[in-house]
Amino acid sequence: MTEQRIPHIGCVAPNSEDEKRLRDIWEAEPGLKGKLGSVDHKVIGLRYIVTAFVFLILGGVEALIMRLQLARPDAGLVSPDAYNQLFSMHGVTMIFLYALPVLSGFSNYLWPLMLGTRDMAFPRLNALSYWLFLFAGLFLYAGFAFGHGANAGWFNYVPVSGPIFDPGPNIDIYALGMVLLGISTTVGAANFVVTLFRLRAPGMSLNRVPIIVWGTLTASVANLIVIPSVSLTFFLLWLDRNLGTHFFDTGAGGQALLWQHLFWVFGHPWVYVVVLPAMGIVSDALPTFCRRPLVGYAAVAMSTVATMIIGFEVWIHHMFATGLPPLVLAFFGAASLIIAIPSAITVFCWIATIWAGRPQFKVPFLFFASFVLLFVIGGVSGVMTAAVSLDWQLNETYFVVAHLHYVLLGINVFPVMGGVYYWFPKWTGHKTNEVLGRWAFGVLFTGFNLAFFPMHILGVLGMPRRIYTYAPGMGWSLLNLLVTLGAFLFALGVLIFLIDLLISARRGEPAGDNPWDAASLEWSMSSPPPAYNFRVIPIIASGHPLWEDRLNQSEQRSKLHEGFTLLEGRETLGTSPLDSEPNAILRMPGDHLAPFALGLAATVFFAALALHGWLWAGLALAACAATLIWWFWPPKAEKAPSDREAAHV
Amino acid sequence: MPCASIRVIVSAKEGRRTFAAAQIAVMRHGAPLDYFSHVYGPVARSMQALGWTYTAICVGVCLVIIGLLMTAMMRRRGGGDRIVTESGPALTWVMIGSGVSTLILFGMAIYAFIALRAVAAPAKAPVTIAVTGYDWWWKADYGGVVVANELHIPTGVPVKIDLRSADVIHAFWVPQLAGKTQMIPGVTTHQWLQADRPGVYRGQCTQFCGEQHAHMAFEVVAQSPADYRAWLAAQAANAAAPSSALAQTGQHYFRSHCGGCHSVRGTEATGQHAPDLTHLMSRRELAAGLTPNTPDNLINWVEHAQDLKPGTRMPSFDLTPEQRTALKAYLTGLS
Repeated sequence: MTEQRIPHIGCVAPNSEDEKRLRDIWEAEPGLKGKLGSVDHKVIGLRYIVTAFVFLILGGVEALIMRLQLARPDAGLVSPDAYNQLFSMHGVTMIFLYALPVLSGFSNYLWPLMLGTRDMAFPRLNALSYWLFLFAGLFLYAGFAFGHGANAGWFNYVPVSGPIFDPGPNIDIYALGMVLLGISTTVGAANFVVTLFRLRAPGMSLNRVPIIVWGTLTASVANLIVIPSVSLTFFLLWLDRNLGTHFFDTGAGGQALLWQHLFWVFGHPWVYVVVLPAMGIVSDALPTFCRRPLVGYAAVAMSTVATMIIGFEVWIHHMFATGLPPLVLAFFGAASLIIAIPSAITVFCWIATIWAGRPQFKVPFLFFASFVLLFVIGGVSGVMTAAVSLDWQLNETYFVVAHLHYVLLGINVFPVMGGVYYWFPKWTGHKTNEVLGRWAFGVLFTGFNLAFFPMHILGVLGMPRRIYTYAPGMGWSLLNLLVTLGAFLFALGVLIFLIDLLISARRGEPAGDNPWDAASLEWSMSSPPPAYNFRVIPIIASGHPLWEDRLNQSEQRSKLHEGFTLLEGRETLGTSPLDSEPNAILRMPGDHLAPFALGLAATVFFAALALHGWLWAGLALAACAATLIWWFWPPKAEKAPSDREAAHV
Repeated sequence: MPCASIRVIVSAKEGRRTFAAAQIAVMRHGAPLDYFSHVYGPVARSMQALGWTYTAICVGVCLVIIGLLMTAMMRRRGGGDRIVTESGPALTWVMIGSGVSTLILFGMAIYAFIALRAVAAPAKAPVTIAVTGYDWWWKADYGGVVVANELHIPTGVPVKIDLRSADVIHAFWVPQLAGKTQMIPGVTTHQWLQADRPGVYRGQCTQFCGEQHAHMAFEVVAQSPADYRAWLAAQAANAAAPSSALAQTGQHYFRSHCGGCHSVRGTEATGQHAPDLTHLMSRRELAAGLTPNTPDNLINWVEHAQDLKPGTRMPSFDLTPEQRTALKAYLTGLS
């Protein structure tokens, strides 16, 4: 049943009848349904960011306890088992519950605003993705709260994580939590991919989208390819542990090394998954403070994609010491060096943007400019570990700990904090405090380098990873004390950052629509944006819609206030994948409790598996099926004649 | 370094002056696992050269980037707040920078290949040692002569190490001689190392292997070929018979309480789950590098293993004063 309807092109004036109608259509219902059932990408995005920061703080507290334990030799602050849970949960938290979710938050909030549409392609799936992330995080922490957190490291090699050597519930909870989280990541990734290819505003062709869109698109495609690997491998481990299979049991013909392959086939692309969107944040926001467009947009976009493609060919560099033949090692070592080339291109583009622009030393700029340096330090230490025989020394020492923290904090946390400062006015309508922001940056930058730079030296002095203590005669004592001081300084920086945000959210100066005088579409509406995002779906003519008059690159101008009105319901415009030609009116779903309920039922299912409550597992599965029926139950006929109406424009 | 001096005194007291001298050489710089400034074999030396070359290049790259960043931020510019539309030669410089980086990376890759080829396989190794990793100690098998936590090798020749695991994945690493290799259950991996001169080189497990991963160390004692042969011959002998009635009582206790896990060759203690103790007192350290092997430390370990190394497979034994004296007499006689 397809109805033909040609959408109206026109204006919707602020505070007009039409605008009020849009608000009625898009704003969340009051009460619990509006809270738990919200499908607004902005609400979901902010929830993602706040939740991820809560996990960041938890992971940070774990790190501080570890640093106290390691501050001096032979310390007895925590038991070996407690230490093993701390470093495992620290890794799990930071890598799975902070690093990607925070970027998903940014992309969720920003994509529709940047692309010129009213929501993500699958708003309910988006809500499900968030709830599953939250519940999987709580699930993983439930074990930890009872003293049964993951305790074999975040990469959880077998057999140390297998049924014989780790018989408690620790690893079952970790394994099932990862499968649950994998569902969240997968549906989120699918949502991003479809949103990009179907929901860009007319004229927002692929070569005009912001770089964070390229970053998240690339990361999402990668996730769709590699998440099955990690979900499978954790599921196989769960089978080994609970149903007596022997996938990883060498005593019965299984392979211990199989785990490393299946895990790193996922794990290394994942490293790029958690940095490419963050690099996108810098590529998009840095130019605003350089008062010019990014130098080499195409080069940066293509480097993003190239990094991901090469990123699939480097996983063996985590396994150089596993006794694989030298030819294999040489191939993967070379690939691990080559992957630095797109990064080099991107770094030069950022520097050239600063060089050829007029830098304004605002708080976000400080984060982005220092990020470039941290990126290079983390990059070159990665190049050192790509040399196979050198890696036979560096691997599994604190050198790698230094490297991965320069990468994950330098390329994720610094851009994210800069990004928070940059978009905070858009989210809340308030500016942040410039003085507190500078202090936060200074303390964070100093603390970071004091905490992590000495780890390089500890690594070449031979300090292995994951040791809960060390003897006084190893030559590591002084450096470890410095690292601990740096870690606490960094924590102080995080505290200042959070205080700044909490104060500014209430008392910050009004931000206005576009406080940084930025070029991209999200700055064209009020701060915070209205529920419907755009009064009309705009028609885009360049990659810098708000700077067109000043850049004057062509005669054409984007139309931000005159476009597709779409006032007849919760609707947005569907466009063609490459050129963004309008070709459909998409009817968007409203608030619904089914995503929350499905997330809850799925979590109960996994909890029942962890507790071997097979009856409960069956009931929870039935509940999942029931919620899905509820989810897909067609809305009342008069409101929705069909799901999709083709439109000829 | 107080620790070093204590250990030297301990060793000297037991009349093993050659080891003591070697100990000084190793401990002098205070970081026995440091592989960047102190290496004592061709494999580690190749890795050290590669490491310093790469470090120099990487530091250079960072300095260039810092210079570019600072100049880009600080250079003087004319004209107000307008949006900059022109890029000038910026993109050209991006291409030049990327091209230069690519050339440097290719050079580094070629060097890495050459270095890998140099250390991947030995020319011909006259000595092969089979090392097996256990939670949390090391067994070394010299073709039937089994020792634990202390490998001896002859200097000046490549030594091939066959690596296996009895339980979980460990990694064998003697950084001042060579890089690390995982020991994976179900497969045998290999590496080779060579020491240029006599000395004691510390080794450490680097693959997380459970509760006591931190205390899974060992030592490689490199000796002149003649000393090495003498050591091997001494280790091949069966255990000395208890020399006193007290020691015999101790042996009796050992057989009934320890012999299920530990072996002492030539006696009824034939356990295979824990270190072979045939020549226990010839070893420099106890419990995989945890503490120096002195009679007091030894009996303290027997009584308080779970306090000294929580989670170790070795239980803490509740000994009466008589049992303590007897067991001590027996164990310290295993020279």
